[in-house]
Amino acid sequence: MPARTIRFTLNGKLATAEVEPHHNLVELLQVQFGLTGARESCGQGLCGCCTVLVDGAPVSGCLHLAVFVDGTEVVTIEHLGGPDALDPVQEAFIECGAFQCGYCTPGFVLMAKTLLARQPDPDDEQIKNFLTGNLCRCAAYPEIINAVKLAARKIRADA
Amino acid sequence: MTMQVTGKQVGRSVPRLEARAKVSGRAEYTHTMRLPGMLHCKIFRSTVPHGRIRSIDVSAARAVPGVFAVYTGEDVKTVIPDPYYGPAFHDQPILALDKVHYVGEPVAAVLATDPHVADQAAQQIVADYEELPAVFDEVEAADNKVLVHDELKPATTFADLKHLKGVRGTNVALDFKLRHGDVDKSFASAAHVFEHTFRTQKVLHLAFEPLVSIADYNGDGVIIYSAAQGPSFVRTEIARLLGWPENRVRVKVPYLGGGYGSKLYIKLEALAVALSMLARRPVKVALTMDEVFYTITKHPSTFRIKTGVDRNGRIVARKCDVWWNGGAYADIGPRVTQKSGFTATGPYDIDNVSIDSYAVYTNLPPAGALRGFGVPQLVWAYESQTDMIARALDRDPLDFRRQNLLRDGQPQVTGTILKDAATEAVLDRIAERLEWDRPFDHGRGTIRRGRGLAIGLKAVISPTTSVAIVNVSADGSVTVYCGTIDMGQGSDTAMAQIVGEVLNMAAETIRIVPRDTDVTPYDMGTLGSRSLFHMGNAVRFAAEDARAKLAALAREVGEPEGSNVPLPDLFVKKYGMRAGNIVGTGTYKPDYTPPDPQTGLTPNVTPFWMVAGAGAEIEVDTETGRVRVLRLINVADVGTPINPKIVETQLSGAAIMQLGFTLFEKMHIDGGQVTNASLADYKIPGIHDVPAMVSETVDAFQSNGPYGAKGVGELATFGVSPAIANALDDAIGVRLTELPITPEAVFRALRAQQDKPLEDA
Repeated sequence: MPARTIRFTLNGKLATAEVEPHHNLVELLQVQFGLTGARESCGQGLCGCCTVLVDGAPVSGCLHLAVFVDGTEVVTIEHLGGPDALDPVQEAFIECGAFQCGYCTPGFVLMAKTLLARQPDPDDEQIKNFLTGNLCRCAAYPEIINAVKLAARKIRADA
Repeated sequence: MTMQVTGKQVGRSVPRLEARAKVSGRAEYTHTMRLPGMLHCKIFRSTVPHGRIRSIDVSAARAVPGVFAVYTGEDVKTVIPDPYYGPAFHDQPILALDKVHYVGEPVAAVLATDPHVADQAAQQIVADYEELPAVFDEVEAADNKVLVHDELKPATTFADLKHLKGVRGTNVALDFKLRHGDVDKSFASAAHVFEHTFRTQKVLHLAFEPLVSIADYNGDGVIIYSAAQGPSFVRTEIARLLGWPENRVRVKVPYLGGGYGSKLYIKLEALAVALSMLARRPVKVALTMDEVFYTITKHPSTFRIKTGVDRNGRIVARKCDVWWNGGAYADIGPRVTQKSGFTATGPYDIDNVSIDSYAVYTNLPPAGALRGFGVPQLVWAYESQTDMIARALDRDPLDFRRQNLLRDGQPQVTGTILKDAATEAVLDRIAERLEWDRPFDHGRGTIRRGRGLAIGLKAVISPTTSVAIVNVSADGSVTVYCGTIDMGQGSDTAMAQIVGEVLNMAAETIRIVPRDTDVTPYDMGTLGSRSLFHMGNAVRFAAEDARAKLAALAREVGEPEGSNVPLPDLFVKKYGMRAGNIVGTGTYKPDYTPPDPQTGLTPNVTPFWMVAGAGAEIEVDTETGRVRVLRLINVADVGTPINPKIVETQLSGAAIMQLGFTLFEKMHIDGGQVTNASLADYKIPGIHDVPAMVSETVDAFQSNGPYGAKGVGELATFGVSPAIANALDDAIGVRLTELPITPEAVFRALRAQQDKPLEDA
């Protein structure tokens, strides 16, 4: 199968890439753009470690073929805030200690960001239901729930 | 001379030093690393549990466009003539030679620039085996009717394994014995004797960063990038395999995406090195999650426990027989067998004990350490039995435990005195949190409720060594070199807090250098909750050494005692400009007396004891058998919590992991084949599975620990499983002796209790 040229917006900037039909979004981001925040873990779209936002919707980058992002707007964890300019969600994850190894953290942060854009003041059940597709083997779940609630307060305070 | 006064560092909930890198997706993991010119490896694996290799046909795979090379065990021998590795036994071939010993064993490796090409080509390989009888059950394997290996090949690392060299005709890789008092006589005279058998299932770590190693051989030496919990051991073992001095092997380890014991000692590193030497290119061996199921798991176990109790309710005798299912290669199983064997009788004061703990080879994927070095399997058995005995004697389970509890200052069964071990405080706190004294509503109808508790004891792996360096630069900033791997437990932060406490500096300003064996000094490994104690002591000594040298420098340049000249000025006064370093070093190795080979007794088995337990309140639906944990209490003695917030997260995380091992996690195996090797079919705890929880520490101080601290990582795994089983018995009078406690198992037991047993599925 021949490689194909795709054009899309990556973290606010126009991007082009040559992709083969079998390459997935995680590979595209890591190999061609050096973005390693979305990581493959289970390889089945079940753990959420590879979460990427495509046109505002979270997708599992390990199952999402790279060619699918042609013409879309792609946002990765790297767009949220660098280490010196964190997003309120990222600040809240740090303040609540909502991770241990950190491998799954970008996925949780992007999901929390998406949830809070849709529901600015979620309760525990809403948070759990929205994040149920993301797994954390270190099991920092109680801290993650606290972090989402803290992030909601931070965002409301900033508004 | 003083440094900037910043207040106490120990006891502060400092956010993790690497927190910003982790939340912004910039933290580095081996799994996402790439080197220029790197080839990807895909492993072709055995499809039979035990067989002699007749042939391996790799011609079709080699012909796939884009394939760089395909190698087998015979190719590996051309660069590593004796390619057998392992921490306890040199039994594991880099790629299978002559025989395969389990389904999933690596047989051949395909290299390609594109991992998808390597994957496709690996599927073109055909191997032909002469199938041999296989054995999967640990008790059956101990009968030696089917032999997994012809001959035992212990490494020289451990003195107590040397006598096994060349032994033939057995699957038992180690038989640890402990004898104290006279059990037979005590059983004969005991008022009550109880004997039960408990089993645990095969589960795995499932760290979210799958196992991965990259090797870059350059003709002169090799650089290994690896998700490894013990880079010092990797270097030693690779150097041994190659016959090289260690300084030609460099091991670099970034952050780990979880470990829990799965990335200990040596895993994929030898294969990556061999392939890089053959290919003369950098090679990355990155497993997919399904392959992790075939690489390293927890030990399934069978524990037969016999307990004698006198008429006053005192436990007078206990006999423990434990079989550990080590799978096809020993990995660290013999250490699990011995080290957990020390405490197989539990945190109880028992005069007459007999312990036999057997490491057994089977034709299953290898087993290693998983968050507890065997202790969770033991606590499951002895704390389930504690409740069964209490119930049989019509005793309150808490009261019965208190009567028999081993207390600080008493000799543990090995003969070592229990010291700085808050057994009473932990048990009391669990009872208090459960409000044990208050009446409990057991529910009604089809929803019944119950509560239970359990407490465990562990000796740390000993003796082990840690070395650290603290470097003060001429601007006064501090860098720490220590080999402890931060795999999420927050060790970098804790080490910075200890150094900051000594040097009176904010932990946030201290840098811990990334692990690199060319730079960071020796450490035995990040395992068994040893690091905060051992490396914590080493970094403390190194910081104290640096502080003493700074004081000497101040005297040398004429500063009066108590002067508060800033550190950079000291260096300028000495060197005439901003130049120079102060380097402090520290080494820690605790005292240890090996156990007597005949009795297993020793006056000094461990430098510190670990005590922790759990309390659980559950609800059972008697129509479905489903157990719902309503409340989980986790209490541990961690000495001084260096970072209270991280300690709480570690305790809670360990308890939730153990909750998975208790209620649903299980590797299903059919004829040696794992049938649920994926996250789709192997359920782990998710956000909806977390009960209301309390995770806390008791007031305690470890007198020989750094600022009174000791290890945390494994503790909250100890009590969870038996506390839930005990709560289940309290709720519906049903006793399960095998994990996991699935709805089906509960429902079957309920029906059996009602004399209406279900047929086997």
